[in-house]
Amino acid sequence: MKPKVAVHKFASCDGCQLALLNAGPDLLALAERVDFVHFAEAGIVAPEAEADIALVEGSVSTPEEAARIRTVRERSRYLVTIGACATAGGLQALRNGADAGAWVAGVYAHPEWIEISPRALPVAEFVKVDHELRGCPVSTRQVLALFHDLLRGVAPRPVESSVCLACKRAGHACVTVTQGEPCLGPVTQDGCGALCPGRGRGCYGCYGPAATVNAEGLIRHWTAQGMDKDAVRRRFRFITPEAPAFRTAAEEGGE
Amino acid sequence: MTKRGRSIRVPVLARVEGEGALEIDIAGNRITRLDLRIYEPPRLFEKFLEGRSYLEVPDMVARICGICPVAYQMSAVAAIEDAFGFTPGPELRAWRRLLYCGEWIESHALHIHLLAAPDVLGFESVLDMAQAWPEVVERGLRLQALGNRILAVLGGRSVHPVSVRPGGFSRLPGPEALDPLQEACRAALETARDLVAWTASLDLPRETQDFPCVALRHPHEYPMNEGRIAATTGLEIPVSEFEAHFEEYQVPHSTALHSRLAGRSYLVGPLARLNLNRDRLPPPVAEALAATGIAFPSHNSHFSIVARAVEIFLALSEAVRILDDPPPAAPALARPLQPRAAEGFGCTEAPRGILYHRYRFDADGRVQAARITPPTSQNQARMEEDARLALERFGLDRPDEELRRYAERVIRNYDPCISCATHFLRLKVNRR
Repeated sequence: MKPKVAVHKFASCDGCQLALLNAGPDLLALAERVDFVHFAEAGIVAPEAEADIALVEGSVSTPEEAARIRTVRERSRYLVTIGACATAGGLQALRNGADAGAWVAGVYAHPEWIEISPRALPVAEFVKVDHELRGCPVSTRQVLALFHDLLRGVAPRPVESSVCLACKRAGHACVTVTQGEPCLGPVTQDGCGALCPGRGRGCYGCYGPAATVNAEGLIRHWTAQGMDKDAVRRRFRFITPEAPAFRTAAEEGGE
Repeated sequence: MTKRGRSIRVPVLARVEGEGALEIDIAGNRITRLDLRIYEPPRLFEKFLEGRSYLEVPDMVARICGICPVAYQMSAVAAIEDAFGFTPGPELRAWRRLLYCGEWIESHALHIHLLAAPDVLGFESVLDMAQAWPEVVERGLRLQALGNRILAVLGGRSVHPVSVRPGGFSRLPGPEALDPLQEACRAALETARDLVAWTASLDLPRETQDFPCVALRHPHEYPMNEGRIAATTGLEIPVSEFEAHFEEYQVPHSTALHSRLAGRSYLVGPLARLNLNRDRLPPPVAEALAATGIAFPSHNSHFSIVARAVEIFLALSEAVRILDDPPPAAPALARPLQPRAAEGFGCTEAPRGILYHRYRFDADGRVQAARITPPTSQNQARMEEDARLALERFGLDRPDEELRRYAERVIRNYDPCISCATHFLRLKVNRR
């Protein structure tokens, strides 16, 4: 019997599901090997179906989502969070710490019609997560590699290298040295192959903190370059606001 | 509700981007309520943009939508550059148009084949459809991949590309990447022309309604990055007057604000664009449209699939035109802008229709206030009206399952991007 796969969506931009929907012939080939039991954007709707592998996109940002992620966990054997929202809150977690209720009340004519939790949080704050794929967005390559491993019974391995190392391997000129660009490459997990430095700009941290993060050293360098504290804070508080290493760096660097 | 009253619930709309539901109450031969319920949680972008540097804005707003991130980047840089008094030169305009062509091709091809065609051909998903219609699906995936390739060549990746900066691109590709891209685009022109004919040959319901269309209008281009906002009502205004004419309002069943023009629902997107800009199509595309035999302007939302195919052919033709003689990269590279305390407006044609941005900046270029009105919010009222009228004409005595399928199909004609629609809030609300 083919393994059952469910793709669940929480608060997100839908961009990580596109890793599958943009996979072209690889998506059709994957559909030969697994049975998609829930994938609403592709047209298959059974949100409560039991699954062997569940991919979860998006952060948990309403009471309904908090209840739903627990149901998803109960009905999934192996749960993988995909993307910055599911693994680190995503941009919408920038509301955490602000008075979200006041934001809603200040902007909707009828805030009583809107249900929203005070904070948007990573899935792992609510349920056990078996594996995570980082990125904003995750790439087709990452998702296909995940299935490649899981369908062979191999545990997928976490990524250990940084964007900075990938950049060196790719032979790009360092944007910090040559352009004075504030680059998060030294502290960000690889996954994109140093996309931004390859395009002449600093890394902005789509893949979240690398395995080892020397934020203090980076902040010292930026400060010496004349970057103000608020800019330092904003740099770390961006795509992955709830990633602990970046959250700490934003708090310490922004003081 | 009468004795014969019944309700149809579609708790999770399939083959749309984001989370929506449909609720229909029927009493006898009348629909007493039809709600396109949008429950996607608001992500409050307009609030957390406040305090951010203009340099951060394009990367942030891209995350509103994974399917049309370029649209958000394009409207944002247009508004930022408007605020700071920067006018893009012809080279930058051409490169941005090429990038936008990639997104139109990708988004429209995805919608036609993965989201809409299963309705027309009677399948649950493209995965089932691929067994019966392998060459149709293969053609669609090929065009979608080509759109993504344009995006990746110019922007590094197709979802949330990284090279778009206020004032220009951070870097542009050289001939080693552009030459093969040009060949691939040129080779696909025939495929795109065939797609137009194929969509026109489909058995599409004849369901004509009366509604205004709204789109950008440019002096000589089919609109993408710039133009005035025009409507079939005769309205034609500069982008900065959008808020004076288009009113947003909240309804209890949606986390996305609805929109109206002079008290009426209206249509934005491929069909509205084509209705207003047929005279801006290059001759080969205009000929392909004429060969369909479908009379335009059309007020049948089921013909949106044809309009999308026409726009794929248009975008591909435009991509070929630009790539045949690529403008020099240097003038299109990002240069430092001079921030100032000012307000800026931007409106571009996202695949799903006009996308309006307004930002107010302080003297350091930090966002003080932001307002973003996406196409799907604007189409919500029209979608509900269309579904109500279409279902009543379809015949309410049909079984629930048939009504449900038809209603979903009508909604899908609009390619609703619910992720987009719900991430917005009205900036100021006057309460009494």
